[in-house]
Amino acid sequence: MKESLWILFAVLYVVLAPFIGGLIAGVDRKITARMQGRYGPPLLQPFYDVFKLLQKENMAVNKHQQFYVLSFLVFVVVAGAIFFAGGDLLLSIFALTLASVFLVVAAYSTFSPYAYVGAERELLQIMAYEPMVILTIVGMYMVTKSFNVVDIAAYDGIMFLKLPAIFLGFVFILTIKLRKSPFDISMSHHAHQEIVRGLTTEFSGKELAYIEISHWYENVMLLGLVFLFFASNPILALLVVAATYFLEIFIDNANSRLKWQNVLFSSWVIAFVLGAGNIAILAMLI
Amino acid sequence: MNILLFLIMFPFVVAFVLLGLPTRQYAIRKFIIIGSAIVLSGVSIYLASQYFSGGPRYFSFDSTGVDMAILFAEMVFAGIIAGLSVKHKQYFTALLMLTGAGLMLGYEIGLGGTVHAEEILIVDNLSLIMALIIGVIGCLIALFSMNYMKTYHERHPEVKDRTGFFFFIIFAFLGAMYGVVFANSLVWLFGFWEITTLCSFLLIGYSQQDEANRNAFRALKMNLLGGIGFATAIILLAYNDQVTQLNQLSGLSTLLPIALLAFAGLTKSAQMPFSSWLLGAMVAPTPVSALLHSSAMVKAGVYLIIRLSPIFAFDTGAAAVGIMVALVGAVTFVITSFLAISQTDAKRVLAYSTIANLGLIVVCAGVGSYQLFWAAIMLVIFHAVAKSLLFLSVGSVEHNLGQRSIEHMDGLISYMPKVAVGMVIGILGMFLAPFGMLISKWAALEGLVNSNVALTIFVAFGGAATLFFWSKWLGKIIMVKSVPADFKAHISRSEGFSLGSLAVLTVLVCLSFPLISRYFLEPLIETIYNQTYLLGAGNTAILLLMMGLMLVLPLTLLRSGKRSYRDQYLAGANTGSEQFHGSLGTNHSLTMRSFYLKNVFGEDKLFNLSVVICIILILIMIGVGL
Repeated sequence: MKESLWILFAVLYVVLAPFIGGLIAGVDRKITARMQGRYGPPLLQPFYDVFKLLQKENMAVNKHQQFYVLSFLVFVVVAGAIFFAGGDLLLSIFALTLASVFLVVAAYSTFSPYAYVGAERELLQIMAYEPMVILTIVGMYMVTKSFNVVDIAAYDGIMFLKLPAIFLGFVFILTIKLRKSPFDISMSHHAHQEIVRGLTTEFSGKELAYIEISHWYENVMLLGLVFLFFASNPILALLVVAATYFLEIFIDNANSRLKWQNVLFSSWVIAFVLGAGNIAILAMLI
Repeated sequence: MNILLFLIMFPFVVAFVLLGLPTRQYAIRKFIIIGSAIVLSGVSIYLASQYFSGGPRYFSFDSTGVDMAILFAEMVFAGIIAGLSVKHKQYFTALLMLTGAGLMLGYEIGLGGTVHAEEILIVDNLSLIMALIIGVIGCLIALFSMNYMKTYHERHPEVKDRTGFFFFIIFAFLGAMYGVVFANSLVWLFGFWEITTLCSFLLIGYSQQDEANRNAFRALKMNLLGGIGFATAIILLAYNDQVTQLNQLSGLSTLLPIALLAFAGLTKSAQMPFSSWLLGAMVAPTPVSALLHSSAMVKAGVYLIIRLSPIFAFDTGAAAVGIMVALVGAVTFVITSFLAISQTDAKRVLAYSTIANLGLIVVCAGVGSYQLFWAAIMLVIFHAVAKSLLFLSVGSVEHNLGQRSIEHMDGLISYMPKVAVGMVIGILGMFLAPFGMLISKWAALEGLVNSNVALTIFVAFGGAATLFFWSKWLGKIIMVKSVPADFKAHISRSEGFSLGSLAVLTVLVCLSFPLISRYFLEPLIETIYNQTYLLGAGNTAILLLMMGLMLVLPLTLLRSGKRSYRDQYLAGANTGSEQFHGSLGTNHSLTMRSFYLKNVFGEDKLFNLSVVICIILILIMIGVGL
């Protein structure tokens, strides 16, 4: 494909991702409600929430936190833009990591015990999923001989067939990334699990809206990664993305939170067995 | 050539002048130190500007006299150290020292007459980069030490004030480091190598307390062991292949000398199982740690392994040795990154992180492809700047807060904003995109995927742990807290200058990495590998863009939007700022403690296991050499 087309993709991502991400969040809430035997909010509820948040009074614990939250948003967008521009996947993931660290640091800066525990747990989550993410990219490189999303997407063949274990491992840690139970230890959207919402305890109004929008951006990019495994067949790929997200919602509603030890160990064992295992087999075949 | 000799000799001259100066002559000492720091860094920069283009250059001269002088000096040192060791009942150390000295004496008597190094000195872009690190960073550390040592002695009245001796060793150390990076003759290289060992021994034992002495001897023992490996390698090289120069190491009849040299490099760069000497070195005053970790000592170790790197890449026999070297580095990288999580003492965190980063350098150099060669040298550069900044900031914090535990750094950004910002820059530089270490880690990942995929698994897990322990420290520093009215931080001018320069340097090196790569690394790699490496132009542009964002975004802090400030949420029990109602009507101040996960990543869980693994790997490495 032409380079300009990819840049168009990046621009489309920056403009549209919040809408797509917000819609996904709406569908998520609807399905979740049905799974719990409720009717659920309107589809556009996440947008109403965010608009409401944006109009609220600007309250904060200190001057610094808004800077960190803003940086979080900016770098999530940068990461996604690199991804959808067909850029280097590693660089995109590094930018996403930088963004995550900004969010953690924002929570730390408030010197609030609830946010503090949330921040530390968020870091544990990052430590838990990071190896699998890196190994996923390594696997993709081994198949396509490139780190660039352009080339990975252009791979003629279903990459999933070469990386089945890595795909499963990635879906596993996707549960952490999407902040779904049982891995939502830093903050949970289930009210029965925590009343004070960990990491985001001290954020309100505009800052909370930024965080919500960032998550929408992030989720679209993560689902884009799932898409890559089947990119040669876009329709199949979209179906898999939908199925994966449905599975995550199902897992979310079927489990309650685990302890951090379980999160860390299970993710690392999965990364080692599925991630490294897949890579080892691939290396032997090549 | 004269510049090279000047850089090697001048620090020694300064060292002896400083030694002769009476302890109380602060003003004169200050004058000499500042003057020679300016001279050394200036000459290093001048040298780099003269030689950075045009490939490696070798210098020959008749060195028989100097060789004899080096040998004589070694024997004198050996005598002194052996004597000291016996005095402290460290008989094994004495034995090691005498063995090493005996080997060199035997070499000169047995083979010294028949084989001679022709090209004594080398200057290429690798030695220039090292020289810049030694000259600029080493001198900034020396400047920082001037006031630091004064405060140090005020706070530690039990330690005898030997400031003159301290600076004697510091400058001798710098001279020896110049010697190491400019030497092409293996005998010269070994001579300076041993001097760095002795200097670090004397610096670690500076306070002459029991613990310091114990740790100093441990460092000495391990490094002398490496030295014996080095000496044996020299003898074997001369005896089997008539090789006496660093640039002649390819196409040897046996691989054992390569394995032994790699072994020497591993001991000096504190890889497992030798990591304990560098941790023990933490008893020394903080500038010593900064020096050992950033520009001297351990960098000599990885320098030697990087020099061997092309041999690992091209010689299929040596590649097997190289893989074992890389595995030692990989295990060290993962385990010490894990161990760093469990440490509360800031200096120990820094120490483990140094060992981990050296491990990564060793991984790159052990595999040795051109991408990894690039990554290894970039890691050396970025690590030197950021780590010296971090050590010196911890030193300043320690003197102001009286603590160097990370738990006491809560709200440093409110207590000591300038130092905290420096520390934040240092920490960001160590692990986050778009800063230095991450750029090289990225290159390392790319290089490893192409040459040895298994090693990427180590990098993936170690990298995750790195992120965890740096971020939780970062979080502690940037908490915004209220500062007691009576707290006042005191940073002397020279300390402020060093910290400020290093902070600026850390950012500058990150911003100018494409230039460093273009003018220093690519020509070097071109001559060795006939191909060059740089992250793609697009990626470089994105990195620079991200760096720009990182510099611009803090400006939003200046904006004074309409905001109202509230206290933290304390479950409704707030009784004023950062205080809450406890049980029985008591009033508590808010404190927080971080995760150290000692049950998972504690030293008692991981250390012995990894030592055993690495000893086995090293034995295999030497076995492969045989």
